[in-house]
Amino acid sequence: MGLDIRLPIGFLFAIFGGLLIAYGALSDPAIYQRSLGININLEWGIVMLVFGAIMLLLGRRGTKI
Amino acid sequence: MLRTIDWTIMIVYFVFVLGIGAVLKRYVKTSTDFFLAGRSIPAWVAGLAFLSANLGAQEVIGMGASGAKYGIATSHFYWIGAIPAMVFVGVFMMPFYYGSRARSVPEYLRLRFDEKTRGLNAVSFAVMTLFSSGISMYAMAKLIQILHIFDSPFARMGLPPSWIFHFSLVISAVVVLGYILLGGLTSAIYNEVVQFFLIVAGFLPLVWLGLKNVGGWTGLKATLDPSYTHSWLGMQSAHTNRLGVEWFGLTMGLGFVLSFGYWCTDFLVIQRAMAANSMNSARCTPLIAAFPKMLFPFLVILPGLIAIALPSQNLTGLAGIHGSAPTQGMGLIPAKLDAAGQPIRDRDGAVLLDYDLATPNMLLHYFPTGILGLGLTALLASFMSGMAGNVTAFNTVWTYDIYQSYINKTASDEHYLWMGRMATIFGIALSVAAAYMATRFNNIMDMLQLVFAFVNAPLFATFLLGMFWKRTTGHGAFTGLLSGTVAAALHHGLTLPQGGIPGVKGGWLAVMHVYPSEMAQNFWTAIYAWTTCFLVTIIVSLLTRAHEEKELVGLVYSLTERPTQHGLRWYQRPVVLAVVMLAATALLNIVFR
Repeated sequence: MGLDIRLPIGFLFAIFGGLLIAYGALSDPAIYQRSLGININLEWGIVMLVFGAIMLLLGRRGTKI
Repeated sequence: MLRTIDWTIMIVYFVFVLGIGAVLKRYVKTSTDFFLAGRSIPAWVAGLAFLSANLGAQEVIGMGASGAKYGIATSHFYWIGAIPAMVFVGVFMMPFYYGSRARSVPEYLRLRFDEKTRGLNAVSFAVMTLFSSGISMYAMAKLIQILHIFDSPFARMGLPPSWIFHFSLVISAVVVLGYILLGGLTSAIYNEVVQFFLIVAGFLPLVWLGLKNVGGWTGLKATLDPSYTHSWLGMQSAHTNRLGVEWFGLTMGLGFVLSFGYWCTDFLVIQRAMAANSMNSARCTPLIAAFPKMLFPFLVILPGLIAIALPSQNLTGLAGIHGSAPTQGMGLIPAKLDAAGQPIRDRDGAVLLDYDLATPNMLLHYFPTGILGLGLTALLASFMSGMAGNVTAFNTVWTYDIYQSYINKTASDEHYLWMGRMATIFGIALSVAAAYMATRFNNIMDMLQLVFAFVNAPLFATFLLGMFWKRTTGHGAFTGLLSGTVAAALHHGLTLPQGGIPGVKGGWLAVMHVYPSEMAQNFWTAIYAWTTCFLVTIIVSLLTRAHEEKELVGLVYSLTERPTQHGLRWYQRPVVLAVVMLAATALLNIVFR
C-alpha cells in the first residue's frame, strides 16, 4: 500500500532518539536521581536512534519480510 | 512538571500521526480501500495492528492495576485468555472469514446463516463499539486530569482547570477523526503499528529501571508474598488464590468462552486480518500477534507488581495525592480517598487502594524529564489506538451491514465511501456523547457493560457450530444467541459475588449462589451462556430445515478446500507458527507456575 510503514516508524524513532540524546547530554545530572543515577535519556535515546536507523534502512531498501 | 522537551516529543508524535493519514489519503479511492485497506496489508503489519487495536487504555492501565492487585496471576489473561484463541482463529477460522470474501463479521453471519442473525450481531456490535470508545475517551481525559499534564499550560493561558477534561476529550477525538477520515483503515492500521512500537519504547525502560531497583525477579520474589509471584499457586480452590477463582472456572470461563468469544468473533480485531494481502497472511496475522502478546505481561503487569513491592514511601508529587497529608497507600499506590479526603475503607476496615494509579505513578516515580514525555506519549498512544480500533470497526459495520443492508441497497461505491466518512464523524461524535454520559451516570455505564457481556458471552458457540457443523441453521443460530444472552442475564440475576449487594453486581432476582469473587461470577456467567447457546442452537437446528450444501461452500469446514501450504517457508506456515506459539506459552506457564 503505497507507503512503507517502516519509513514513518524509522523517522519517528530517529527523531525521538536524537531529541533524547541531545537532552540527555545537556541536562543537569541531578534529575537522574529518580532513574537510579542512570542517564536514561541518553541511554534510551541511543537505543531508539539505532532502532529508527535500522527501520529506515530496511524501509529504503524495501526488504520483504 | 513537564518541560519543553516533553512537550516537543508529544507534539512530534501528534504531527506524525496526522501526517501518516495525510500521506495515505491519495491511496483511498474505493470503499474497499477505506474499510478494508484494499486488502493489501502485509502479515506482520496486520499482526501488530491486530494486537495494538486491542491494546487500549484498559490494557496498559488496567493490567498494571491487576498486577498490583492479583500479582503475576494476571498473566492468565494473556497465556490462558488470549494465546490459545489467537492460535485457533488463525489456523481454523480465518479460512472462512477471509475465504468467504465477507467484508465484516456480521456479513459472514449473513452468508452462513440469515439476515436476522446478521442484523442482531451488527446492531449490538455497533452500539457496543461506540460505548467502548466513549469509555476509553473518558478514561483518557480523566487520566490526563489526574496526572496534571495540562495544568501548567492552562494556568499560563489563564484558562480554568475544569476545562482540561473537555480539552483532552476534544483533542483526542479530533486527532483520531483526522487520521481515520484521511486514510481510513490503512491509516488506523499504520498508526496502530507505530503505537505498538511506541508503547514498547515507553514501557521497556520503565520495567528495566523498576526491576533493577527491586533486585530483579528474585528481588520481587523475596519482597512479596508467594501468592503474588506464582500464577498457578492455590488454583485448586477459589479461596486459596488472589484471583478468587478455581482452575476450572478460569480455564473454561476465561480461557475458553470469554477469550474465544473475543478473539475469534470480535470484528474489531478480525478486521485487521481481513485487511491482509493474502489468505496465508490473514491466517498468520493472529499468530504473529500472539508472539508479542505472550510477552506483554512483562511490559504491562510487572510495573504493577513493582509498584506494590516498593517500600511505602512519601508519595508527594505523584498522582492521587492532595496536599502533604500522610498517605495510607502501599508502595507507590495511594489509598482511595472520599470527598472529604479521608481514605475509603472496606467492611473489615482495610484501606482500599487506587490500583489504577500503579502504572502512571511508576512513570512519574522513575522517569526524569525527557523520557517522561516519551512515557506519557506512549500512554496517550495506547488510548488512541484503542479508540481508533473501535471507530474503524464501527464505520464498516454501519456502512456495510446496516446502511447498505437496510437503508440504501443500490448506491454507488462512491456513495458508500462517503457514507463511511460520515459514519466516522458521527461515530466519534456519539463516542464523545457516551464519554460525557459516563461522567454523569456511572451506573448506566456499568449496566450497559453488563448487558454487553451478556450479549457477547454466547457468540463463540454460534460461530463454532456455524463453521464446523454444516447442519446448523439460521433459526438455530438466532434462537441460540438470544437464549444464551437470556441465560447469562438469568445466571447473573440469581448469583452474587462474596460481599456484594444485590443490584448491578447480580442477585437482582434472587440469590441462589454466592461466588467467592466477581471474577468467578463473570466466568461462570459466560460458561452458562455458552452452554445454553450451544445446546439450543443444536436442538433448533435439528428441528428446522437445513441449508442447501452448495450454499455453504467456503463457509463450513467440511465443504471447504483446505488452504495449501506448498511453497511456503516453515516460518510462513500457520500450523508451524501455531505449534511454536503454544509450546512457548506452555513454557511460560511452567516457569511462572
